[in-house]
Amino acid sequence: MTKHLIIAEVQDGKLHNSTLTTLGAASKIEGPITALIMGASSNEAATVLKDYAAKTIFVNSSALNDRLAQPYAKVIAEVATQEGATHVWHGATVAGKDIMPRVAARLDAGMASDIQEVIDGSTFKRPMWAGNIIGTVEVTSPIKVITVRPTEFDKAVGGVGGELVEANIDAGDSSMRFVSFDAVKSDRPALGDARVVISGGRGLKGPEGFKEIVEPLADKLSAAIGASRAVCDAGWVPNDWQVGQTGKVVAPELYIAVGLSGAIQHVAGMKGSKCIVAINTDEEAPIFQVADYGIVADAFKAVPELLEKI
Amino acid sequence: MKILCTVKRVTDYEAKIRLKSDGSDIETDGVNMIMNPFDEIGVEEALKIKESKGGEVVVMSIGSDDSIQQIRSAMAMGADRGILVRAEADMDSNTIAKIIGKVVTEESPDLVLMGKQAIDGDSNQAAQMLAENLGWGQATYAYKVKIEGEEATVTREADGGLETIAVKLPAVITTDLRLNEPRYASLPGIMKAKRKPLATKTLDELGVTPTNYVVMKGLEEPPAKAAGQILPDIATLVEKLKSEAKVL
Repeated sequence: MTKHLIIAEVQDGKLHNSTLTTLGAASKIEGPITALIMGASSNEAATVLKDYAAKTIFVNSSALNDRLAQPYAKVIAEVATQEGATHVWHGATVAGKDIMPRVAARLDAGMASDIQEVIDGSTFKRPMWAGNIIGTVEVTSPIKVITVRPTEFDKAVGGVGGELVEANIDAGDSSMRFVSFDAVKSDRPALGDARVVISGGRGLKGPEGFKEIVEPLADKLSAAIGASRAVCDAGWVPNDWQVGQTGKVVAPELYIAVGLSGAIQHVAGMKGSKCIVAINTDEEAPIFQVADYGIVADAFKAVPELLEKI
Repeated sequence: MKILCTVKRVTDYEAKIRLKSDGSDIETDGVNMIMNPFDEIGVEEALKIKESKGGEVVVMSIGSDDSIQQIRSAMAMGADRGILVRAEADMDSNTIAKIIGKVVTEESPDLVLMGKQAIDGDSNQAAQMLAENLGWGQATYAYKVKIEGEEATVTREADGGLETIAVKLPAVITTDLRLNEPRYASLPGIMKAKRKPLATKTLDELGVTPTNYVVMKGLEEPPAKAAGQILPDIATLVEKLKSEAKVL
């Protein structure tokens, strides 16, 4: 019988949105849902989470405050075994990608990474070759470990009002130690969650281009800002602004690509967007092949005009 | 310091990937094959560590004899010797991690450097599975690596910023894009690589029986997007965004 175990992700004391979409993905396969949440500062998130699962297990341990893969994998695998879980789920976030293969190894289980569709209890679709190919994979081991591409599923509805139980599980010895976190501070919505994303590329000519052209439009539309790999590599903007197969995968309602050519690996990270607008001087730029609406124009002229007319 | 690097033979990241007409696999005719770019970053990092600390860089690959080309490429960059594990193409990450684990047991490296994912399967699993099987610590998505004594201090590309962790050696580290820029092989390097030692092993010799925990059932190309419209001016764009797409 199917039994789901959903691993929650907590960021700054709050439940991460990807946990809700992961719950949404798991609900496509019938079976009771247990959620697992860890860390001594996860109290508040745990009370939110219990509304989404019949049972929420809270491992209230300061040894789990930092999301280090080794202790996390140990605790997750132990809970999975105790609960008799058949499906162990996490969002395909940096943390999920880091931790869950260790869980799979520990449970001697197969793993489907970054799934975008649930076909049945053991079969999933997932992007390969930077999203140029979609593979259908069957996980044949008794326990299945799955990470979920957050942009591809609806959030779970909640309203379950399940039980919340605290569990004491030893995090074990670890060869890993947290040192520091250098957060990129921003008042804008997170790239993965934003309703609107404005991305810039080389056509913005430098970091000033982002300030003068992209930022005012992002302010007006309450948008997150993204970028091509080229401009991240060039140091114009922070690395974690990168949208693409090797950066963030986004699927907002509206994606505006400004002065951005649309290399394959960038497109892989944004082609799920509901509406794509491209503004580029080069009418041959590949970005126009994925855009719903294209404007062949200089970003430095077109974007201020757009700002004025919206 | 002894470092083991893994290199996978993959399709060129610049190649347009299409399915064969019968849909059974991707079309590799006329597609250039390269060393997985993240693995190349791993080889570069290993060479940099060797240059400052001394030691040996061993590269391994799993696959057919074709993968020798990628091992030689890593040797041409400066790696000291190579190991090819001959095996069939389709294996799950659990099996790959077990094979690498056997080589680690034979070689006892202080550090295993791997790409964060191969750009064909994009699974992003084998390195973490390897670390768990060995009971080692790991540092994935490395942006900066510093080796001091018995510990590696690694800055990682995490959601919302850069996270720095320390991990005891031996450990598994996986590379992200911005860790370094791999060097080009020099002509003398390429000549030398031809004479560097290359050992081959089979799964039987290593005592690994492949598992089939993850089975590929089919491949498809994503549905083509309907052609978009090139609009004459910004006013039309704003109108379309409001009335047609209804996103404003």
